[in-house]
Amino acid sequence: MAAGSPAEYISHHIQNLTWGKHPDGTWGFAHGPQEAAEMGFMAINVDTMFWSLLTGVVFCWLFRKVAVSASVEKPSRWQHCVELVFEMVVGSVRDAFHGHNKIIGPLALTIFVWIFLMNLMDLVPVDFVPYVSHLVGIEYMKMVPTTDVNATFGMSLSVFALMIYYGIKVKGPGGFLGELAFHPFGKALLPVNLVLETVSLIAKPLSLSLRLFGNMFAGELVFVLIAALVPFWLQWALSVPWAIFHILVITLQAYIFMMLTIVYLSQSHESHDSH
Amino acid sequence: MNMNLTLIGQAISFAIFVWFCLKYVWPPVLKALEERESRIADGLAAAERGKHELELAEQRAGDVIRDGKDKAQDFITQAQKRADEIVEAAKATAREEAERIKAAASAEIEQNRNQARDELRAQVARLAVSGAEQILMREVDEKAHREVLDKLAANL
Repeated sequence: MAAGSPAEYISHHIQNLTWGKHPDGTWGFAHGPQEAAEMGFMAINVDTMFWSLLTGVVFCWLFRKVAVSASVEKPSRWQHCVELVFEMVVGSVRDAFHGHNKIIGPLALTIFVWIFLMNLMDLVPVDFVPYVSHLVGIEYMKMVPTTDVNATFGMSLSVFALMIYYGIKVKGPGGFLGELAFHPFGKALLPVNLVLETVSLIAKPLSLSLRLFGNMFAGELVFVLIAALVPFWLQWALSVPWAIFHILVITLQAYIFMMLTIVYLSQSHESHDSH
Repeated sequence: MNMNLTLIGQAISFAIFVWFCLKYVWPPVLKALEERESRIADGLAAAERGKHELELAEQRAGDVIRDGKDKAQDFITQAQKRADEIVEAAKATAREEAERIKAAASAEIEQNRNQARDELRAQVARLAVSGAEQILMREVDEKAHREVLDKLAANL
């Protein structure tokens, strides 16, 4: 798809399909990055939503199918796969989570599998889906939801909300604020504590989402660069090793997101004093 | 890198997926896994129990065999003793019988001897009488001399 210069090709591939409110008040798809930026917050990335919902539904459907037919005696192959993932998640929660909360397990499982599936879209060759959607008249199509910062922030802010909710629920509002105010230096240095703890609290969702976004965006960009700059008969020499390496990256990123969520929520469930 | 409504859409779908997982995926799979774990544990316990029971049964079987051997030995000893007794009893009976037969025989012999002696004695007396008759050439009055003759016969 060498329609235009490499720079145009690249910027086309990193542009989401955005539907929103134009500055003149009408609603519609953005034609180009400029228009998408002008829409501001009142816009939605249709491709991100579509692919993330699709992968999420695939996750729910697949796991529900196994859950319904789960056999104790004769597990099917799918059940084996699901159980493998399941036991990995259960083991991680058991190791890292020191509270009692029945939402942690399903939360960790959803995060791991969903992020993994969204990341997996990265391994689909960069031009397949955009080309097909171009043929049916869709201008932009970015099919890896985790390369959209909205998607990763959507998840990390949800986790952040849970952190604060359980922090207040378990420790009480006083305990939660006390932790922000009286650590790590004691009551004498309250303002310093407040600044330090607030920064470290805010840094958690920020690092969570930006780590995932950065890794996936960079990975996708490398694929796009290879496709843009290398002649088509040589692309495999670079894209295949990168894809193989990327299998590790997408799994690792899903695992890190899950693990950090467990750890952060575990911190919300235990007070500093007990350390 | 525009922040927009996708953020909220994503958070909502995330919440829905987590809820779905919590409600419809997590419990059944966890149940299946736990049930399998408990079944494996039960199976291992049953195997352990079976092994223990086998050991007990082997021990019991050994006891029974030993018991049987002891009893058989007793039977053999008793039978031998009884056989010895029977043989001894038979021997004793035989000895008694032999004694008895011997006694009867010797009594008979004694009787025959006495009889023969009596006959012999009578004959000798008769011979002596006839001899004396011939020597004296005259009739001896048997009736008159009966006493003498009987005395003579008794002394023979």
